[in-house]
Amino acid sequence: MLVFIIRRLLWLPLVLLVVSFITYGLGFYGPGDPVEILLGQRTNPEVVERIRHEKGLDRPFIVQYGDFVWNALQGEFGESYKYRGQAVNELIAEKVWVSSQLGFVALVIAVVLGIPLGLLAAFKHGTWADTAVVGATLIFISVPSFIVAPILLWTLVSSLHLLPSAGWNGIFDLRLVMPALVMGIPPVAVITRQTRAAVLEVVAQDYVRTARSKGLYERVVVLRHILRNALIPVFTLIGLSMGGLVEGAFITETIFGIPGIGRLGFESITSRDYPVIMALTLLVATTYVLASLAVDIGYTFLDPRVRTD
Amino acid sequence: MMLWRRFASNRFALVCMIVIVLGLYVTGIFAPLLSPYVPTAQNLDAVAQGPSIAHWLGTDELGRDLLSRIIWGARTAAIVSIVAVSLSTIIGVVLGALSGYLGGWFDTLIMRVSDILFAFPSLLFVIFIAATVKPSAVRFVEQMEIAWGMRGLARSGIIDYFVVFTALSVIAWPGMARLIRGQVLSVKRMEYVAAAESIGASTYRIIFRHVLPNCLSPVLVAVSMGLGGAVMSESVLSYLGVGIQPPNASWGAMIWENSGEWRLHPHLIFIPGAVVAIVIFCFNFIGDGLNDALNPRNR
Repeated sequence: MLVFIIRRLLWLPLVLLVVSFITYGLGFYGPGDPVEILLGQRTNPEVVERIRHEKGLDRPFIVQYGDFVWNALQGEFGESYKYRGQAVNELIAEKVWVSSQLGFVALVIAVVLGIPLGLLAAFKHGTWADTAVVGATLIFISVPSFIVAPILLWTLVSSLHLLPSAGWNGIFDLRLVMPALVMGIPPVAVITRQTRAAVLEVVAQDYVRTARSKGLYERVVVLRHILRNALIPVFTLIGLSMGGLVEGAFITETIFGIPGIGRLGFESITSRDYPVIMALTLLVATTYVLASLAVDIGYTFLDPRVRTD
Repeated sequence: MMLWRRFASNRFALVCMIVIVLGLYVTGIFAPLLSPYVPTAQNLDAVAQGPSIAHWLGTDELGRDLLSRIIWGARTAAIVSIVAVSLSTIIGVVLGALSGYLGGWFDTLIMRVSDILFAFPSLLFVIFIAATVKPSAVRFVEQMEIAWGMRGLARSGIIDYFVVFTALSVIAWPGMARLIRGQVLSVKRMEYVAAAESIGASTYRIIFRHVLPNCLSPVLVAVSMGLGGAVMSESVLSYLGVGIQPPNASWGAMIWENSGEWRLHPHLIFIPGAVVAIVIFCFNFIGDGLNDALNPRNR
């Protein structure tokens, strides 16, 4: 087990190295001159050259990349091009906090709605409730968030005047409701479907029939034999849907004007703020690798049949 | 044929298939004939109107006929979904099959590469590719124009399509490769593969004649879902302004163009939104139907 974890953790730096190399390369050979971004369009060429030299931007790619890696290893990602004078670290740190609050609420919505709905559909298999839930989840998956958002805005804000429209004021504010819903709804659908499928598969297993034939109470059969086994893949999915939440954050935060990493990411790409792009990409990649490691480790605890070696 | 009969027995999936074939692909192909107006023609006497006899779905803020733009948007969605999914499927199937069948260092390499691509935040990556590849592509095409004495290619918007294809295929192939690899791993233990090996069939022949055809059913489901996913991604990219650029019509771009108007003219957002949602819904439902038809035991 320990060997497994260590091997996986050793894999992390390699992933980050490759991810950073590709991203850095795309940025280096991509459009936009950092110095021009810093100074704006109207500058004289001498100043541009001087600053380029001062910042070390006239050195070859591999030297600059090495420099970047060296600084990144010390946790230093430089200054943002767009927000001048702001260290990338500080810029990201405050936004990560906002996004993780939003993501947490969205995840709670997804789990609290998704698992019961999936159980409902599975235990009422073949009835209208099943059909309704499955149909609804397909609709939820199919409607992109940039369409859900205006629909919610139009119904809840502009027609019914139930909620304030946009912005961010912490986790205990009504303004959180809509973006959290928009981000939470697609994973609800995924979790519901997975729960339903898993329960249906487990219900057909021999050990469930055995449990019933032993004369166990239905409640015990459901809780101990069905749910315990069926929820393992659901657990994996919840871990992996964190990645999906980051995606959702891009669009949702941009639409609702929430100062999180999603909006920052989009802004930094459109304004070619490469230091921020680099830091964000690495942050998300790290989160992804760690989340999937956590899922794998959790798996071995939840399901002793899974061996790590 | 069995498969088709089982699939068709699910009436709703059949309806979805008809909607997709007629509503997306036939409409896309015949867009120039079907659209009542030129999609970029502005009629400033009829700006932001509701549905009427002259304009069935109304007009947008620039007085362009919404129905015509939806129809031309179908063309964009049809092209993008077919090309992007074909590319990612071909790459994924070939690499996944080789990696599953050959194993060894090749397998390790492909799986590690796909691990890394999975670790990329895919939307960020797609936006980033779209934003960085495009200027180089434009420069390349412009040089080509000078060299070959052509004109207007760089401005025709063809590059936007190329950029979207590239971005979508780069992130989509690893999923397909993994799916195929898993299938190949189970199929290659079958006796008929051993039989083919024992009579000295070449690796190429075994993979493409014996192994792959028996792995394709989950690919069918994945392709159907992938087509829907590509339509969704294209509209997201265009919505964010890095996909298909105006004046070319794209559903995502239409939603973005009109998003300032959601209070006053909600239909300008809801109609393209509903079209995108229906198309993706149909693809997903077809995928579900195929899945049920392929695995009747799971029903």
